[in-house]
Amino acid sequence: MSDISLIVLLPLLAAVLTAALPPQAAAVGALATALNALLAANLGRQILQGGPVTEAIGDWAAPLGIAFVADGLAGVMLAMTAIVGLAVSLQAAAGPARAGFWPLWMATLGALNGLFLSSDLFNIYVAFEILGLAAVGLTALAGTRAALRAAFDYLTAGLVGSLLVLLGIALSYSVTGRVDMEAVVLLTQSDTGRIALALIAAGLVVKAALFPLHFWMPAAHSSAAPAASALLSALVVKGALYLVLRLSLEGGAGTEFLRNTLAVLGAGGMLWGAWNALRAERLKLLVAHSTVAQIGLIALAIGVAGNPFETGLWQAAALLMLSHALAKAAMFLAVGRIAEALGHDRISGLNREELRPGPAEFAFAIAAISLVGLPPTAGFIGKWFLIEGLIDEGGIHWIALILLGTALSAAYLSRVVSRCLRGGPHVAATAQRPPWRTGDVAALGLATGALLLGLAAALPITLLETPFA
Amino acid sequence: MSSVLPLAILMTSLGVAPVILMMPDSARRLRTGFNLAAASLKVALVAWLSYEVAHGASFDLRHSIAPGLELHLQADALSVLFLALSSILWLLTTIYAVGYLEGGTDRSRFFGFFSLCVASTVGIAMAGNLFTFLVFFELLTLATWPLVVHRGTSEAHRAGRIYLAYTLGGGLALTLGTIWLYALAGEVAFEPRGVLGELPQTAPLALTAIFVLLIAGVGVKAALVPLHGWLPLSMVAPAPVSALLHAVAVVKAGAFGIMRIVYDVYGVETVQAMGLAAPLAGLAALTILWGSFRALTQDDLKKRLAYSTVSQVSYITLGVALISPVAAIGGLAHLVHQGIMKITLFLAAGNFAEGEGVKTVRAMDGMGQRMPGAMLAFTVGALGMIGIPPLAGFVSKWYLGAGGLDAGQPMVIALLAGSSLLNAAYFLPILYRGWFCPVPEGATPGRRLGWMLAIPPATTATLVLAAGLLASAPFSPLGWTRFIVSLEYL
Repeated sequence: MSDISLIVLLPLLAAVLTAALPPQAAAVGALATALNALLAANLGRQILQGGPVTEAIGDWAAPLGIAFVADGLAGVMLAMTAIVGLAVSLQAAAGPARAGFWPLWMATLGALNGLFLSSDLFNIYVAFEILGLAAVGLTALAGTRAALRAAFDYLTAGLVGSLLVLLGIALSYSVTGRVDMEAVVLLTQSDTGRIALALIAAGLVVKAALFPLHFWMPAAHSSAAPAASALLSALVVKGALYLVLRLSLEGGAGTEFLRNTLAVLGAGGMLWGAWNALRAERLKLLVAHSTVAQIGLIALAIGVAGNPFETGLWQAAALLMLSHALAKAAMFLAVGRIAEALGHDRISGLNREELRPGPAEFAFAIAAISLVGLPPTAGFIGKWFLIEGLIDEGGIHWIALILLGTALSAAYLSRVVSRCLRGGPHVAATAQRPPWRTGDVAALGLATGALLLGLAAALPITLLETPFA
Repeated sequence: MSSVLPLAILMTSLGVAPVILMMPDSARRLRTGFNLAAASLKVALVAWLSYEVAHGASFDLRHSIAPGLELHLQADALSVLFLALSSILWLLTTIYAVGYLEGGTDRSRFFGFFSLCVASTVGIAMAGNLFTFLVFFELLTLATWPLVVHRGTSEAHRAGRIYLAYTLGGGLALTLGTIWLYALAGEVAFEPRGVLGELPQTAPLALTAIFVLLIAGVGVKAALVPLHGWLPLSMVAPAPVSALLHAVAVVKAGAFGIMRIVYDVYGVETVQAMGLAAPLAGLAALTILWGSFRALTQDDLKKRLAYSTVSQVSYITLGVALISPVAAIGGLAHLVHQGIMKITLFLAAGNFAEGEGVKTVRAMDGMGQRMPGAMLAFTVGALGMIGIPPLAGFVSKWYLGAGGLDAGQPMVIALLAGSSLLNAAYFLPILYRGWFCPVPEGATPGRRLGWMLAIPPATTATLVLAAGLLASAPFSPLGWTRFIVSLEYL
């Protein structure tokens, strides 16, 4: 069995095992996450050395068979998932994990890997369904009334999204008679085909929580447990965004109308999310609204990429996805630790505590630098390529919006960080720092990774530049 | 070898910062020992580097981040000027800060970010292209913020917010200008006489817009009017931070940025030909006068010094913008001269506050008797600022004035005379009160300050005197700037 099928099957197998053996769930889950990271690294190495890796399941070629393809973009996404997964698993294995976390997380991992590697629409739909259901489970895991309510809304929104995607895929099959990615180009050539694409895109917009269809998301991400929020915000929404990017690269978002809509919605989300984050009173809610804003930025980047292969704009989008995944997961883990140490997550109360700022608050600050997109983070490199590409295309209004979004993100994140810099009269001389916990290590590790990734951006960019399958 | 030295100079503060941040507050001896060892090592390394650069060696350290984006550290003569200033003053300020914060809280955080601040300054000094400059320029913003809010009061946090809004806003302008220039010209390395080639002819409008963006970006930190609003507010920070902000790190990074943009990105001839020099000089002149006027009415000693900084830093900009080699020598030398004079003033002012609880001009009566050492240092700094020979400030003003004549701008003489009169008008009353007014009735003797607070201002005051007296020596700031200017103008 090749690495490609293994990286999809291993987590799914682990999902079954962890569900069957609850006492050993943490050990099995952590082991599977570690193996997944090794497989992803190995696959990345293969892509760097020999270009895209393809596997036709059962040796049936397209359009009949199912093919898995690992190209550079998929490789970057697999690595992103593996790294975030390692940190979240570290935190979950050390903390008091709820029963059910590991099977759900393993299913999420398998579904994401499958999604990134699939090269036909039907396979993608299946992976997407598993992902959506596992994500709803992760949301509900906290067990509070708010979490259950949010999970129900999430389920409803997810079903609507899935139905739209399914409808689109069915329509696309009736137009083109095939489900592999070649179909996408054909779709752009007929009216019915364009409707099919629009349906798929609409479904993905719901699933990606892109403004204005993000209504379900802040509640879901802010009421889930920290490890679950980190997975949902960093990885699960990326599944849908990845697909938008992939379809766009295959020529699907090549229709002018879809691209423009995507960019406009993205800009709207960037501003709306930032505005809500500015007004948020609770830390988790602020971070969740910041995800709305960041998804907006990424969607904008995908939307403005005119001819994707001629500009670096889509690479900017991929880099922004990568850096957001690391930084946002770090931030949710850090927020979890802050709330645990202080007993609450009210922003106004952060500087009134008799606790000195600890490592989690430091991790939050570093992750914030990444999210704002200040150098030398990967977020900065992503924004650099985005703005450089827009200058070449004369998209000055988009640049103005991006800069405005950046300024707003600095404003809402500094609200929190300035309170983490508490000292002087607000803290007694005898106040202690909270002790180190594993969650701090995971958060700080991810945040530092997001910071340093900017210095090592050559690696993901080289991966992205390998030719497509 | 040629790549190790710049890296070592960077790491003696960039690598030191995380270690200090991780140390517990109680590990005072360990932290201080480590910090001072690193600072001393850096001075030694910079001395070595200066020697090598003076003898024609070149240093290069490159790390590719992405196609077309490269982190590049190098050491040219202009770098060495700023490196020497920041490494020496960092050592002195660190000693001072250790004494000043004795018994305070959050000292590991303070010294950690203090190191990070100097790491950014050093990175700015050695940046070999605009991208690298931008990276360290933004790092400087972030590293200074925790220092500004260090006291933790609401006033400090308000000042911190305003500081952040100004500097991040400036950072956005600088970022946009940098990306735009990269999109037009490819990699923008720093080379004497500029790197733009034919672009001034083919895309003059875009280049003008980029110039405005870049200068506005660095102008916030250089406190060019009207972008100077953050500076007087950030005086709530502890004295060593103010000293560092005003003399070495933030405002100097801004002024240094203006030099790099004018000299090594655009080149003086292009700036002149595009008609950008005169507006810049006008802005500098306005800032010089405005800062001095505002300084006149400040009773708070540190605020008066802050407005004085607004004014004095623009001498550097003026020297750059006059487009005359003689003025350039004055401006560049003032980068160092203003640094040592202003740090002397701030350290002495910090001692007045620590020793006698004196924070306002009005309370300065009899300071010459109460704290003769600190008052003497303050006097040397103040007289230097006014431009009394043979102190360092006189040398800068002399060259600036001569440069004004050289550039055919005799108005510069009037500007300098007016500014010096204003300098005298806001500094001499302080000196008068300190030396000639009696100690007020009922003033209780303050606490004695340790050597850590006394030595640094005494040292910098001596440097002010030496930089003036020995101005013609080859390794004086003036001698070194002549060397730099000869590269740009010959």
